[in-house]
Amino acid sequence: MNPPVPMLELRQVSKRFVKRLDTAAKLGNFFGAGMREEVVHAVDKVSLAINPGEVVGLVGESGCGKSTLGRIVAGIHQANEGERLWHGRVIADMPAAEARATELKIQMIFQDPFASLNPRMRVADIIGEAPVVHGMVKLDEFDDYLDQTMRRVGLDPGFKRRYPHQFSGGQRARIGIARALAVKPEFLVCDEAVAALDVSIQAQVLNLFMKLRADLSLTYLFISHDLGVVEHLSDRVVIMYLGRVVEIAPADDLFRGPNHPYAQALLAEVPRLETRRRRFEPVKGEIPSPLDPPTGCHFHPRCPHATERCKREAPVLREIAPQRWSACHLNDAT
Amino acid sequence: MTAPDTALEPALAAKPQTPFQRFLADFFDSKIATAGLVVLAIILFVAIFAPWISPQNPYDLSKLDIMDGRLEPGTKSMDGKPFLLGTDDQGRDMLSAIFYGLRTSLAVGVTASFCAMILGMTMGLTAAYFGGLVETIIMRIVDIQLSFPSILIALILLAVLGQGVDKIIIALIAVQWAYYARTTRGTALVERRKEYIEAAQCLALGDRRVVFRHLFPNCLPPIIVVNTVLIANAIALEATLSFLGLGLPITEPSLGLLIANGFTYLLSGKYWISFFPGVALLFTIVSINLVGDQLRDVLNPRLQK
Amino acid sequence: MTGGSDAPTLVVENLRTHFFTRAGVVKAVDDVSFTVTKGRILGLVGESGSGKSITGFSIIGLVDPPGRVVEGRILFQGRDLASLAENEARKLRGSRIAMIFQDPMMTLNPVLRIDTQMIEAVQAHEPVDRETARQRARDALGKVGIPSPDERLKAYPHQFSGGMRQRVAIATALLHRPELIICDEPTTALDVTIQGQILYEMQKLCRDSGTALIWITHDLSVIAGLADEVCVMYAGRIVEAGTVDEVLDRPLHPYTLGLIGSVPSRNVRGRPLAQIPGMTPSLLSLPPGCAFRTRCERADAACMEAPAITLPLANRPIRCVHPNLAASS
Repeated sequence: MNPPVPMLELRQVSKRFVKRLDTAAKLGNFFGAGMREEVVHAVDKVSLAINPGEVVGLVGESGCGKSTLGRIVAGIHQANEGERLWHGRVIADMPAAEARATELKIQMIFQDPFASLNPRMRVADIIGEAPVVHGMVKLDEFDDYLDQTMRRVGLDPGFKRRYPHQFSGGQRARIGIARALAVKPEFLVCDEAVAALDVSIQAQVLNLFMKLRADLSLTYLFISHDLGVVEHLSDRVVIMYLGRVVEIAPADDLFRGPNHPYAQALLAEVPRLETRRRRFEPVKGEIPSPLDPPTGCHFHPRCPHATERCKREAPVLREIAPQRWSACHLNDAT
Repeated sequence: MTAPDTALEPALAAKPQTPFQRFLADFFDSKIATAGLVVLAIILFVAIFAPWISPQNPYDLSKLDIMDGRLEPGTKSMDGKPFLLGTDDQGRDMLSAIFYGLRTSLAVGVTASFCAMILGMTMGLTAAYFGGLVETIIMRIVDIQLSFPSILIALILLAVLGQGVDKIIIALIAVQWAYYARTTRGTALVERRKEYIEAAQCLALGDRRVVFRHLFPNCLPPIIVVNTVLIANAIALEATLSFLGLGLPITEPSLGLLIANGFTYLLSGKYWISFFPGVALLFTIVSINLVGDQLRDVLNPRLQK
Repeated sequence: MTGGSDAPTLVVENLRTHFFTRAGVVKAVDDVSFTVTKGRILGLVGESGSGKSITGFSIIGLVDPPGRVVEGRILFQGRDLASLAENEARKLRGSRIAMIFQDPMMTLNPVLRIDTQMIEAVQAHEPVDRETARQRARDALGKVGIPSPDERLKAYPHQFSGGMRQRVAIATALLHRPELIICDEPTTALDVTIQGQILYEMQKLCRDSGTALIWITHDLSVIAGLADEVCVMYAGRIVEAGTVDEVLDRPLHPYTLGLIGSVPSRNVRGRPLAQIPGMTPSLLSLPPGCAFRTRCERADAACMEAPAITLPLANRPIRCVHPNLAASS
């Protein structure tokens, strides 16, 4: 399986957040307070390739770096190391105008339907600002373009003079989608885009995402903690744990038989409508702090199969079957 | 949060259209704030139209008669006009003097606060946006300045600069800009982390546009609140300085100077020369603060839906 | 697992909690009745604005003005909490009934050590000495699966992770061995593996000590795995009730049907979800008659009148004049 060139690719991308010592802390250290710079490896050497038309689900628990990775893909955060490629070309090396055009092709849908919309702008401005600024739509065609964009996401264009607070959560989510669609993107990063919505509203928005995918041939990176949502939408699934990718697999294969022990534990814990009054048998232990991750394989303190080697040596992501990648030493035994 | 359900939010249709209309509806919800605003409106009216509504021009020496000096409130002048609030030692009608004094006090306070706001906001936004060394320098200056009593800074500046309306305005700006800078920076840092700023960045809107169209308008509410409180402070500080004789020149008397003027007679039973300007000052500051308190409540994002 | 012969722990009858706001009266809870039996778990499911949380707050007596319980009886082990004197009711609520919130910091004081808080909580309702109270706190922490409870007692809430904090809050609720625990979305903010751990502890607790549990949530899947009975709420009313199997496998109310269809699951992978049109209504502007009418495909003239509770099948109370009686899939 050698797909031509992926639409979007990350190569060995890392992102660190460093909390530098301020003068007071330095002074404290002078007297022996022993304060250290705090470094969080939010994303640790992640490589990822997404093909045109694919929906890739990115799953993980809090602190796994999935939101940071999404923001790197969307160009909001700059990675400390590694490259981001668009159709095989490094975006950072493109001429300025082309790089900006590329950034517009990659848009992001945010989690919070309240904080992600500027409360002081009318819906028409929220959606229409970027296309006007970038000269994508002529002024005399603006109204038609706006109406069309709003209708596409299921909003009544009659509401375009309103402010975000006059809309319900579901409608606000649609405004956020319309804002991204207005610059004609080809790739959408959805960061927990339905997590804040009620179940019935969530279903509407998920259906909208699927309709848009068909209508506009979009490619998605769908970030969620909700495995049910990811299973429903995705072609392939990426599972992260504490900044590292532990497993990448086609959705069908993954949900039929996860390889990595963390993926197994995660999938076992997903509440499902079909399982009634089950006996919960939880994974042991806490999610470690990303400030101080365990040595070797990050999952080893919670893993039922952990060996000495897991404590010392971080496993690399290897292809264990066609299209299936996993980072676990157990795969070496076979 | 575990606040009661969002369904307590009133129906969409019942809500007024723009954020400004919503703000007005919320503001007039409080009776005491409305009363404060009415008082403030009257005071502003009086201050602006003082030359036309005052019974006499208190600083036209040809209209003053020393024989009218220190008359009690309500007594009639030599030519039959009543002095509603009495007269001072030079026979000046206190009511007119207060009208003119309000005019000076408010003009100085408002001008100084607005200039301080422009300066402080610029510094605060600069610090929050650029970060790094720029931020450190600006914020350390702010810290140092805020650690001195404001009256001390004002006194030193006036001692160096001398007297005059422009001098006292400069002194008040120097005292107040740091408050604006700190408030603006704090708010901007919070707003900058919100998702709508990330969304604007993702849409490649350009730094200047993000700062002025997205970040800045959302930083305004707390600054407006600080502004009302600081106008009241500026007026009070100016009155204090004038009372100490360091403020405005005698040719442009403010309320503080009027109070100082009557102070010597206070113990000899001629209370009105100090008392009524004092009451005017009190009403001004209380009404501004009432309005400011209500603004803070209405604009507080934590209380907003 | 077929209780019922036991005396019910809690009976709620015709509860109405209204909020008297400037914009009008909000009927957050409107004629709600249900029963919880010893050792069983009742799921209270609904979306935002359904009144599920306010129902819980009404039972524990945490409804603040402008809200008020205007009608109905809350019988806890046969005694009506509404008719008891206030301090008596508070005593019952503090020791025999406990509540766990979505945000554990509603229960925990951020500036006090865990042991201080838990010992105080014990001594507030029982005249025991400090050492006994500490012992009790240690036992409670152990019971919810906190390793090395002795060390943990000396910590402050901020030194715990979110999941651990929720465990401490649960342990605090367990101190008086309550007969009833009301859980208001306690795992919603937690990660899946941590949620699994908490559900495990709660289920064990319920089985072992016979505590009755009310589990308030928006998540049908959690209810499916945990609860025995379920009440589905919509716009302040219970629209459907029954055992979990009956309600989830054979939903009678169109709203329940739509809600189940809205949950993404492996059965409908890649296909559109069966969505409910429209949005969750504002309680201030409910349509007259059945509140779900405007979003319901079965609605007709008969729905203009508020539906009463009927029993189209045995033990299956619903509020709908057009129940889905076709054989389920």
